[in-house]
Amino acid sequence: MIQSAAHPTGAHAAITSNLFGLFLWVTGFFFLLVLVFLGWAIWRKDRGAVRDRALRLTVTSWIGMITLGLFGLTIASYFADRSLAFAGAGKTPLRMRVTAHQWWWEVEYLDRDQSKAVTTANEIRLPLGRPVQILLASDDVIHSLWIPNLAGKQDLIPGRSTDLQLLPRQVGHFRAQCAEFCGLQHAHMALDVIVESPDQFATWWAKSIQPAPAPATPEQKRGFDLVMTRQCAGCHAINGTPAYGTVGPDLSRVAHRATLAAGEMPNSRAWLERWVRDPQSAKPGNQMPKIPMKPDELHAVSAYLETLQ
Amino acid sequence: MSRVDGPDFTGDALHAALTETWSDAPGLWGWITTVDHKRVGRRYIATAFVFLALAGVLALIMRVQLARPESGLISADRYNQIFSMHGTTMMFLFAVPVMQAMAVYLIPLMMGTRQIAFPRLNAFSYWIYLFGGVFLWIAFVLNIGPEAGWFSYVPLAGPEYSPGKRTDVWAQMITFTEVAALAGAVELITTILKQRAAGMSLNRIPLFAWSILVTSFMVIFAMPAVMLASSFLIADRLVGTQFYNPAEGGDALLWQHLFWFFGHPEVYIIFIPAVGFVSQITETFSRREVFGYPVMVLSAVSIGLLAFGLWVHHMFATGLPRIGYSFFTAASMMIALPGGVQIFCWIATIWSGRPRWETPLLWVVSFIITFVMGGLTGVMVASVPLDLQLHDSYFVVAHFHYVLIGGAVFPLLGAVTYWFPKFTGRMMAEPLGKWNVLLSFIGFHLTFFPMHITGILGMPRRVYTYPAGMGWDTLNLVSTIGAFVFAASIVLFLFNVAISLRGGRAAGDNPWDAASLEWKTSSPPPPYNFDHIPVVESRTPLWDETRPVIPGLRTEVRELLVTTAIDAIPDVRDASPSPNGWPFIAAILLTIGFIGSIFTPWAVVWGALLMAPPLILWFWPHDPLEVKPEHSDE
Repeated sequence: MIQSAAHPTGAHAAITSNLFGLFLWVTGFFFLLVLVFLGWAIWRKDRGAVRDRALRLTVTSWIGMITLGLFGLTIASYFADRSLAFAGAGKTPLRMRVTAHQWWWEVEYLDRDQSKAVTTANEIRLPLGRPVQILLASDDVIHSLWIPNLAGKQDLIPGRSTDLQLLPRQVGHFRAQCAEFCGLQHAHMALDVIVESPDQFATWWAKSIQPAPAPATPEQKRGFDLVMTRQCAGCHAINGTPAYGTVGPDLSRVAHRATLAAGEMPNSRAWLERWVRDPQSAKPGNQMPKIPMKPDELHAVSAYLETLQ
Repeated sequence: MSRVDGPDFTGDALHAALTETWSDAPGLWGWITTVDHKRVGRRYIATAFVFLALAGVLALIMRVQLARPESGLISADRYNQIFSMHGTTMMFLFAVPVMQAMAVYLIPLMMGTRQIAFPRLNAFSYWIYLFGGVFLWIAFVLNIGPEAGWFSYVPLAGPEYSPGKRTDVWAQMITFTEVAALAGAVELITTILKQRAAGMSLNRIPLFAWSILVTSFMVIFAMPAVMLASSFLIADRLVGTQFYNPAEGGDALLWQHLFWFFGHPEVYIIFIPAVGFVSQITETFSRREVFGYPVMVLSAVSIGLLAFGLWVHHMFATGLPRIGYSFFTAASMMIALPGGVQIFCWIATIWSGRPRWETPLLWVVSFIITFVMGGLTGVMVASVPLDLQLHDSYFVVAHFHYVLIGGAVFPLLGAVTYWFPKFTGRMMAEPLGKWNVLLSFIGFHLTFFPMHITGILGMPRRVYTYPAGMGWDTLNLVSTIGAFVFAASIVLFLFNVAISLRGGRAAGDNPWDAASLEWKTSSPPPPYNFDHIPVVESRTPLWDETRPVIPGLRTEVRELLVTTAIDAIPDVRDASPSPNGWPFIAAILLTIGFIGSIFTPWAVVWGALLMAPPLILWFWPHDPLEVKPEHSDE
């Protein structure tokens, strides 16, 4: 799992990475020139009469060189910007909406057919090779979605709509993170980005629009009842159940996700129980209240949640 | 009897007369009422360094927290307050004030005048700055320090997401520093344009004075933007206006436009005075006039103008129209040109001069290498595609510390070393100073160079912790070690100042054989600066064969020579205000009003009433040139 602009796996990040290479060479060249001139000025032996005429000629050519260098880099930047804008042109993009909340990500896969729309959280699954258009919104303060392996960042601003274009070129599991300071738990606002083959993605989507499986064992059944009757259902939604809260992340396939609490902890039974038992000690300041539960109730709840694959 | 200085009134007799006229009252009362630009300037500089030390300690705490992943040393809440305080203190209470403070001390001396223009306003500016800074730090200690960053983006800083008084404290601190900075800018512009020594036409003023002139105009144009921004914020928080609330027709991006319209010029407000330091130091230690004086002046002026055309490059990720971004990319790239020209001119000055490798010049070399690196990463973040990756990552943290520490703090430390003999009459210790340059250079690059890489590897800014296994661990550890080395170099510098204050070698008037007028008078200068007002016939007056003076200022009253703005032809003699307690009292009352208006909007009303009496008494009209009848023989 990586989160790095140095390992581009998307068309946009690749364009930017190439541009960075060019900038590095050109600016490196100028830096070297300055160092050489400075070194010469320091260690020059023969200090005869002042030769300002020669210096005046040199300063003129120096201005010319800088102008040329900056001009070249500016043009290169404009062309790169243009390539970024057209990187995914020609194919129908996958349309999504990401809404940022303090401190988690709501992820929706849009479809003309409303019944095929999928809502999930803190995880973006993408099919390889298909352009993606993500509409960005914020529910509270300004956030910024940064998936460095795939593309540059884009802010999510309340009252404004922005969007982010992606074109994944490699399968893999990447990490992304909020890049704009958004309050107390800004450091713990990450998400998983999983690029998979179109077939795997289609399978995932198909399963995601199905209702959640009914609880099978008595313990799972008890957990289901607890989730529906305690405060959980007031904030969270689970497909095909009476839980349809929208305040917190959708839990329809929570057990399928790689991490919990916006990338903060691995998704395992132990971590899940720790999270549900006391969300405030795991991630202080987040919106999830502590709901008192006996140990056996906690086990039942996590047993049920684990079925939400 | 009214006497003027001149050939028949000079030497010890003149010194005694002028000292009596220009001295402050003794003791605490004199300390409070002084309007002497040198005393005010010294305490301004000292206060700014105290804030540097405090904010530096905060930086070390952050570096300790970030030394390893998942560190639980400090809580998220504390960390967020700490990085907000670090940025706020460094920008508003150290960097801008310290540059103005150096100018307050040096500019009247460089201009060959007896006192800064509007000296009472100058004293008032210092008190307001001090009270604002102390207020912010007391609030921080009481756990009501700012929490939304030094930039306080709304809606995070708005009433809904930052309840309590923390952000109000931040916003009101802005008001304090605005008042102080604007007052300083007005004084410095007036001093430079109207109080120059006879003959110091605009093409002869030292490059540092040009820097300060440009900077002061920038302050006047930039500060109103942040004043508007913070006033809107205070109104949103205190009286329920909705300037920044999109739900009620406000706009969250309005804040960013207003803030960065101030915030980007602010960076150059810090950098351009440093350019002035570098020019003065390079000139003195290369033993020749700075190469390309007109180009240097034009560079400073064009940086000052271009600085107002780049603010949107802080907002490349906000989704504004791309065609607009192209303009700001081009403008941001363009500012590298005057910067590059200045670098060339300094190196050319060293190249063609006969350099003496004293400590201040070593600071300049350290500055050139570091600042050029920061400038070049600046070219990178000017490009929209690159910025979308680098923005708000540690790469940007590296970039602006290269520009601000490399570009402003290194020259500042060089400048303190250079003018220390003028400030105190003593030299700073050698070879401690040279080791200091080396240590800070190593510490600085060890701290900030790895941050370029951590940023490219995807580490965002302003995170109080980070997970292990991201490839950031070692780099962060190296940065933390570097931070302690760099901090040690700052401690070494302050230690050097402390021991040199007491035991430094006596300096004499002009220990470096420099060319500008501040070295013409004694070290430290007498309260009246110059016994006779100098006449300037070149850009390097103290390297000239002759050192003419212009006599004729009255000695029993505080009198200044006012010259014309372009050619510095003697115009009129004008009075300079005497020491006065009202600026101090007015500052206290204004502080009460400002702090009160955090809690109730009515404080603006009764605060104004409170301020009226001291201002009336401060400005009570009288003729300061009037000589008491018993002394008059006219």
